[in-house]
Amino acid sequence: MTSSEDTVLQPGDLVGGDAGTGGKFGVFGGRYVPEALIPALDEVAAVYEKARTDVAFIREFDHLLRTYAGRPTTLTDVPKFGAQAGGARIVLKREDLTHTGAHKINNVLGQALLTKRLGKTRVIAETGAGQHGVATATAAALMGLECVIYMGAVDCERQSLNVARMKLLGATVVPVTNGSQTLKDAINEAFRDWVTNVDSTHYLFGTVAGPYPFPGIVRDFARIIGVEARRQILALTGKLPDAICAAVGGGSNAIGIFHAFLGDEGVALHGYEAGGRGLETGEHALTLTAGTIGVLHGSRTYVLQDEEGQTIESHSISAGLDYPGVGPEHAWLKDSGRATYHGITDAEAMDAFALLARTEGIIPAIESAHALAGALKLGRELGPDATILVNLSGRGDKDMGTAMTYFNL
Amino acid sequence: MTSLAAVFEKARSEDRAALVGYLPAGFPTKDGAVAAASAMVDAGCDVIEIGLPYSDPLMDGPTIQDAVHRSLSNGTRIADVMRTVEGVARTGAATLVMTYWNPIDQYGAERFARDLANAGGVGTITPDLTPEEAGPWREASREAGIETVFLVAPSSTEERIGIVADCCTGFVYAASLMGVTGARESVGLAAEGLVKRTRAHTTLPVCVGLGVGTGAQAAEVAAYADGVIVGSAFIRRLLDAPDESAGLFAVRELAAELAAGCRRR
Ligand SMILES: Cc1ncc(COP(=O)(O)O)c(C=O)c1O
Repeated sequence: MTSSEDTVLQPGDLVGGDAGTGGKFGVFGGRYVPEALIPALDEVAAVYEKARTDVAFIREFDHLLRTYAGRPTTLTDVPKFGAQAGGARIVLKREDLTHTGAHKINNVLGQALLTKRLGKTRVIAETGAGQHGVATATAAALMGLECVIYMGAVDCERQSLNVARMKLLGATVVPVTNGSQTLKDAINEAFRDWVTNVDSTHYLFGTVAGPYPFPGIVRDFARIIGVEARRQILALTGKLPDAICAAVGGGSNAIGIFHAFLGDEGVALHGYEAGGRGLETGEHALTLTAGTIGVLHGSRTYVLQDEEGQTIESHSISAGLDYPGVGPEHAWLKDSGRATYHGITDAEAMDAFALLARTEGIIPAIESAHALAGALKLGRELGPDATILVNLSGRGDKDMGTAMTYFNL
Repeated sequence: MTSLAAVFEKARSEDRAALVGYLPAGFPTKDGAVAAASAMVDAGCDVIEIGLPYSDPLMDGPTIQDAVHRSLSNGTRIADVMRTVEGVARTGAATLVMTYWNPIDQYGAERFARDLANAGGVGTITPDLTPEEAGPWREASREAGIETVFLVAPSSTEERIGIVADCCTGFVYAASLMGVTGARESVGLAAEGLVKRTRAHTTLPVCVGLGVGTGAQAAEVAAYADGVIVGSAFIRRLLDAPDESAGLFAVRELAAELAAGCRRR
């Protein structure tokens, strides 16, 4: 279990550490949920606290990551894309090459194992882009769990391919027609299911938001992205990168790649939120860039809200980034200055989406295209000596409907 | 304005449970909510909870979601909630606000507590504010002289019941079942046990809510609880009514049925 050749996950990679502080990242995080859910959250926290240092658990998770998810994922140098980014060296962390096609599978496999340890037989999940839903349906099929996925009706429409995948995998997909009919409302509906069926059901939360202990658990299970990437980039370039770019919806792929680099002061961490049609139009998902501190979905964090605390609906061409909240650890990284967050408009993201496809033969998820667009800007700032590591969080097959409309294909 | 202590004292002296009715502010209209709540008081509600409509009511079932959505579409703001409380408190009923935490957080805890007290409100019920995060709100409420009601649930451990009950003033809200708000065929079997477990931790009155909607259910709950809380069933009556006066008639009728149930313990 200790040979790094054979394993991707080392004991200690599941860092935990939020348990002692009640799940707080500075002033952010915590738990704002109905009392009925507290015992379930406590149980998840306790089972995870045990599992994360349990060699048997780590071995089982590692086995799945290697033999099922396809880890380690490779790094890919993309010089022709980099030529458009001021000549900077751009290196992609290829989470798009995992089984099911996005980073979401890492967290899902970890939590599916936890579900078994919790003795539960049913999983529920929210999904925006459908990638977390597909990953959850996949793990449920693998492990023989009943699976219900909540997905906003608008998202069902724009990610219909993923709806079909989930159904084929045996999951029930429930379109959510309240509110904005996107990720936020899917999360509301999943919480309602959970409080009703908590005896049999684990809420397999898909991002680093929500009440304690989810932000820490999801972070730990996604952390392998950065753990691998750090080792790989040192081997590839002989040094740490100057900057890391990642898209931020709820924040799981971003924290997943950031976390192993938090102690490397020379590595700048950049998160890219969905700017939608632009800040000035009000149609965006710029939670960290333009939101204010409040409570959404059980956690204190930045929120798009009015002055009376009503959530403002977000907009993005990318379903996975179309969320008016964000994980509390990102709120903390922003306020502490360790990470910087920026907006990328729909148009900028779609340009980067097409550019990567044309120059390098890689079709990214539109979510990931926000990070690519960020890297284009950053590269032009930093110049040709810079090395920028980009988390290519997922592949773009699911986005072909959107791309066909956008580019008139 | 009647205090919660006086409400439960009176109910006890009449050997009955208190009847607590819930309606969101701004539903069916801003004035309509005051009229409906007043009719409910007139027909036997001792306490009214005015819901503060929130965009993401993740503890609520379809009926309350529907009402809250209409209320927000009517443009209901916190000032309207305060005005609704003022109007309802004028009937003499003890009037509370039931709200998710974020609206209070954004409005400012001290300001909210002060404005609510000034409107004649006697306290709040905050279903997603856990004891761990409730310190500032309890402090602000104490300063303003209003009560803080929190929820216990069938899943609550003895330890959690103790912690929650210690944060409560006025009464303890016992959720009858694991689930969201909404009328049910039967009141959760867990409710009676939960009330008993709660009484081991507090001398405060214990009221039962979630799933109660008929006189028979009220009587069943009144046998072991100090108060019966009904929300969705009132809202259902208003949603189904063809016009406002039919709605008022229907909620009055339901309140009378429930009040009679509370006396049949
Ligand atoms: C490929 C991809 N990247 C990014 C995201 C955004 O989520 P997060 O910010 O949690 O990584 C999603 C969400 O669906 C996704 O599918």
